[in-house]
Amino acid sequence: MPDATGLELIAQDLRDKVGDSVLDTLYFRDEATLIADPAKLHETLVALRERGYRFLASLHGVDYYPDEPRLGVHYQLLDMDRVDRIGVKIRVPLADPHVSSVVDLWSGANHPEREVYDMFGVIFDGHPDLRRILMPEDYEGYPQRRDFPVGGEPVLFTYNEDRSPRWYE
Amino acid sequence: MTDTTETPAGASAAISDYRKQEESITLSSSPATDAPDTELLTINMGPHHPSTHGVLRLILTLEAEVVRDVKPIIGYVHTGIEKTAEQKAYWKVIPVIERMDYVSYYFNAMAYCGAVEKLLDIEVPARAQYLRVIHLELNRIVSHLIWLGTSAIDLGAISVWWYCFRERETILDLFEMSSGQRIHTRYFQVGGVIEDVPRGWVERVRRFTKTMRTRADQYAALLDKNEIVLQRLRHTGVLDADTLLDLGVTGPLLRAAGNPWDLRKAAPYSSYDHFAFRIPVGATGDNYDRYRVRHAEIYESCDIIDQALDGLPEGPFITEDRKVALPPRHELATSMEALIHHFKLVTEGFRVPPGEIYYPIESPRGELGCFVRSDGSSKPARVHMRDPSFHNLQMTAPATRGSYIADLVATLAMIDPILGGVDR
Repeated sequence: MPDATGLELIAQDLRDKVGDSVLDTLYFRDEATLIADPAKLHETLVALRERGYRFLASLHGVDYYPDEPRLGVHYQLLDMDRVDRIGVKIRVPLADPHVSSVVDLWSGANHPEREVYDMFGVIFDGHPDLRRILMPEDYEGYPQRRDFPVGGEPVLFTYNEDRSPRWYE
Repeated sequence: MTDTTETPAGASAAISDYRKQEESITLSSSPATDAPDTELLTINMGPHHPSTHGVLRLILTLEAEVVRDVKPIIGYVHTGIEKTAEQKAYWKVIPVIERMDYVSYYFNAMAYCGAVEKLLDIEVPARAQYLRVIHLELNRIVSHLIWLGTSAIDLGAISVWWYCFRERETILDLFEMSSGQRIHTRYFQVGGVIEDVPRGWVERVRRFTKTMRTRADQYAALLDKNEIVLQRLRHTGVLDADTLLDLGVTGPLLRAAGNPWDLRKAAPYSSYDHFAFRIPVGATGDNYDRYRVRHAEIYESCDIIDQALDGLPEGPFITEDRKVALPPRHELATSMEALIHHFKLVTEGFRVPPGEIYYPIESPRGELGCFVRSDGSSKPARVHMRDPSFHNLQMTAPATRGSYIADLVATLAMIDPILGGVDR
């Protein structure tokens, strides 16, 4: 992990390279995080990759309900040579949940981005195959959102659904 | 809920729509060659094929016996565990989270407990850390034994399976002795472990590691120079380290390609820096290297367990912080304060300061990272598992394109995906 000073240096360096890309920095329990501008996410990640953070360890979504902008996407980058981790977090509004895809930087981002799309409805522009991955293809709604209710799922795979509709209620 | 699911007609319409859509999925992209006499055949493998190790469905595009494209379809055992975790108090999440990757349950619990402990900023006692390491490494052996046994079946050798599951039984007996359960033990708690190991357990673990080494020697004698194993595994499913890193693959698969990345060494957690062990690495990154790396890891796990047993410190097995850990049973009869703490913990649970933590550990399949977001209440606002199987599965197509369908079966066995972890 970079220390708090190291994080500020990285943030300043990124601001110089990619104008206004870093909105804020966060240093919590020895974890360094950059809060990035979603419009400049791609350039920010390219710049971080050039700094040595060449491995995308994790990509996951968060719902900050009821705060706006509501949807968050987190990128955990790893530098295997210096054993260093840094997080990049962006937030996009529910009305316009568009984020540029990073599959062109890491092909391993394919499945995780599909998962975030599936669970939160974040649309990754430029993703080669943005379909649902864990939920059924025709599923409606984004189940990991905080305002999505638990329970009350219609059962899709049942042989007597036609004869006695909604028998499970 | 939306309108279509409110009405009965809508529900059945949704089902038939789904069927239609399922039939219309574009299964394959470009044809393999322009030659007019080559015909591409699209077939469905799984989700109940024995060699998919769970409910993984592969859509294969074949040209005769050569695989031209593979599309993994997952989600058949998606049970919404991450959603369920948001409805429960922090300590009640542990049993559900253990059921994600159902072969390496201790690792799920470790990643989650580690993340919550970091959020709470509490110290785990040394004895608890050592006990965790012993259980984690025993679980790593269990996981590798299940992998070895099922993979050997895929390659046509059923006897190895019986031997592997014999040793697995011994470990499950040890788990039962220490926690009362054989799998999904709920042994790890936030702040430590639920109880100390019983008398005689340490000796039995010692006896086990001693036999495990000879048994692993026997597996090697059966498989290492076996003609069938060599023909099926050598030079198949080859991927170099850079491609694997690009695909997000970690763990034994990455180490088999020559990159010695292991979080136990690189970023030690839970006292892993106290133990001397080696990281087995491969040279070419083919299936045979993957087999040898995992097999060699069994010995290293035995070494770690022996060292942890030798140096097992005395002291508490769970944090003394009464706001987080349950008070000992005997205190409830005499201390009012203990009773209040017990009541608070059992009813509401403990509150965690707001924040976000990503806590990665080395599971038998690679980097298992648990992300926990707390909003200050007694239930997590978001739990996400970066499950290694989910990421490793992305190497199926690059590793098998252009190879025979039999090599696909071997490669899939060596990737060792656990679908419970993939779908969560």
